[in-house]
Amino acid sequence: MVSGSRAFEYAPAPESRAVVDIRASYGLFVNGEFVDGHGEPFKSINPADETVLADIACADATDVDRAVAAARTAFDTVWGPMPGRERAKYLYRIARIIQERSRELAVLESIDNGKPIRESRDVDVPLVAAWFFYYAGWADKLPYAGFGPDPRPVGVAAQVIPWNFPLLMLAWKIAPALACGNTVVLKPAETTPLTALLFADICRQAELPPGVVNIITGAGETGRALVAHGGVDKVAFTGSTEVGRQIARVLAGTGTKLTLELGGKAANIVYADAALDQAVEGIVNGIFFNQGHVCCAGSRLLVQESVAEEVLERLKTRMATLRVGDPLDKNTDVGAINSAEQLAKIRELSAAGEAEGATAWSPPCELPAQGFWFAPTVFTGVAQSHRIAREEIFGPVLSVLTFRTPDEAVTKANNTPYGLSAGVWTEKGSQILWTAQRLRAGVVWANTFNKFDPASPFGGYKESGFGREGGRHGLEGYLDV
Amino acid sequence: MSERLAVRKTYKLFIGGAFPRSESGRSYAVTDAKGRFVANASQASRKDARDAVTAARKAFPGWSGRTAYNRGQILYRVAEMLEGRRDQFADEVRRAGASKSGAAAEVDAAIDRWVWYAGWADKLPAVAGASNPVSGPFFNFSTPEPAGVVAVIAPDSPLLGLVSVVAPVIVSGNTCVVVASEPAPLPSITLAEVLATSDLPGGVVNVLTGRRDEIAPWLASHMDVNGIDLTGSAGGDVPGLEDKAAGNLKRVLRPRPGFGAWTDDPGTARMTAFLETKTVWHPVGV
Repeated sequence: MVSGSRAFEYAPAPESRAVVDIRASYGLFVNGEFVDGHGEPFKSINPADETVLADIACADATDVDRAVAAARTAFDTVWGPMPGRERAKYLYRIARIIQERSRELAVLESIDNGKPIRESRDVDVPLVAAWFFYYAGWADKLPYAGFGPDPRPVGVAAQVIPWNFPLLMLAWKIAPALACGNTVVLKPAETTPLTALLFADICRQAELPPGVVNIITGAGETGRALVAHGGVDKVAFTGSTEVGRQIARVLAGTGTKLTLELGGKAANIVYADAALDQAVEGIVNGIFFNQGHVCCAGSRLLVQESVAEEVLERLKTRMATLRVGDPLDKNTDVGAINSAEQLAKIRELSAAGEAEGATAWSPPCELPAQGFWFAPTVFTGVAQSHRIAREEIFGPVLSVLTFRTPDEAVTKANNTPYGLSAGVWTEKGSQILWTAQRLRAGVVWANTFNKFDPASPFGGYKESGFGREGGRHGLEGYLDV
Repeated sequence: MSERLAVRKTYKLFIGGAFPRSESGRSYAVTDAKGRFVANASQASRKDARDAVTAARKAFPGWSGRTAYNRGQILYRVAEMLEGRRDQFADEVRRAGASKSGAAAEVDAAIDRWVWYAGWADKLPAVAGASNPVSGPFFNFSTPEPAGVVAVIAPDSPLLGLVSVVAPVIVSGNTCVVVASEPAPLPSITLAEVLATSDLPGGVVNVLTGRRDEIAPWLASHMDVNGIDLTGSAGGDVPGLEDKAAGNLKRVLRPRPGFGAWTDDPGTARMTAFLETKTVWHPVGV
């Protein structure tokens, strides 16, 4: 029995913070300059120890006006008329500077977001560079993308991104927008603005013309002012389905182009003939990657009844080896919950799971006294009607359900208003394809999970939003087609 | 000998492959361009719209599960059936206000439009899909899939416009509920007779006639409708319908001034508006 014991003990292996230089306060990045905001400034804190990192300016409606006007001028005078091959070279420059400053970006991301350095260093930041490198290459090839001989940009794009992958979501938004010839006003999440503000410095190092990228900080009020601004031609939002719905309503009848990447409640289907150890790794990666703060997280495990007990036993054994703690420790698997607010939401839904009759289990693990933490948790005895099987928890909480036949697996997997992603585990190729064909989800990971690539379209069915990010498909949202 | 009295057709709705009257028992008078009575059309209700959505949902797995080749053959069969009834359609289009030669040209164009879309069934995935060169040992491919049940607010072009909004929705495997032109609904029901005899499974296309501003809001807010084409909606109704469509984040095809005449090259935009892209990853290894 390994359960509860540790196969290895680890000495702390903290990544040095010396590589980052966090300023005491940050302004808004508008027209190539940092300027003061006119809203009430707020603080960004380190979720791992609740220390204040910096004061952040808050953009009010007049600041939004200014940023949109700067983006419009840059679109009309510089970026729109610029040949694609020149835009491409700016994007390649940005990709290279991201690679050059990758450690700084990774450490800053882990400090501001709470995610393990292993993930920010090995997943987030390399993907950010890859995203810019990939879309750089499209900038001068748009006539070959299948949207007509001379596809035009939309204009000024308003982009609002979440806190779970702050810099990566910035890259998903800015890289295709700029490649297609648009200019942008981007609002990072209020709990994780620091890497976006560092990106502003990268734009300056790349000598990107002023106004092409504008970054304004603030909370919901700032976001509302931005997406509803009459000078905006395109809105791209990643976040909750509830806010996505509100944005769709605000834009009803305006003709503003809209793409939405929203919530999910992905099923991860494990058939009896799956390679179980690999499946268990995939289940763990699916729900505990990034503390479960992942819209496409495999939060509903659907396991075939005949192997359910065995899978659960192996899963619990594996969960007991997860190291929860200091995000900057290179051995850490699960970092801090991003905010007190998110922690309260996870606790509330977990409590609802127990109240509705499901059984929670977590491995013995010591959580730090300061900061926001939630132990990896698995719920068994979950019914499809339970809130923990229907609502997005956005935390390290897995709900386990069982099935007997492939038809039942597919029916249960699709029994959700969401449709962002799904997983399938089986050694039988035809069964993978049969299942994948029937899953109503935009991304299906077969015998793997949570893989991302700039060449691979990503986005949801149904209430998980519309539009795709990544690949040739990702251009459509930024072209006037 | 008195002149033979013509046998008139009763125009009903088309739901789930059958031709029911509106459950509301209502109808409205359809007149020709000169204001003369032509026929009474069914005035569909909210309940009829819901029944039509249920029929469309029921038909979705079967229709989307057909091979692309089979869907293409069925759409081509629709063109064949339409060709054989050209005179009947030309008459109906004339009564809706077209000149004799204009009506004939519209019918020809509508037949050719079915042929154009029929051929897309097994080519759309090649044009809209991809195999993606991801950076790692994975095989990764994207395929276009139908969005599901689509509500179509058809334009007033009674045949060519109607065909031009229905064919691109169903060719990829969607099923639909069509709200026909309010002033010129009769060709839509005659087209339904063509569809019913073209091996198109019942429920793939459902046709409602009646008041657009009465039916469209129920379809726009229906939680089991995945997309809505607002082409035939009056400009003033669009914001309200889009607002309702946001309730379950429907895919919305907005009317655009740039759509041009129905005789223009249709392009692929009407098909891709109601497609989802599904991307599948699998590791490569031994």
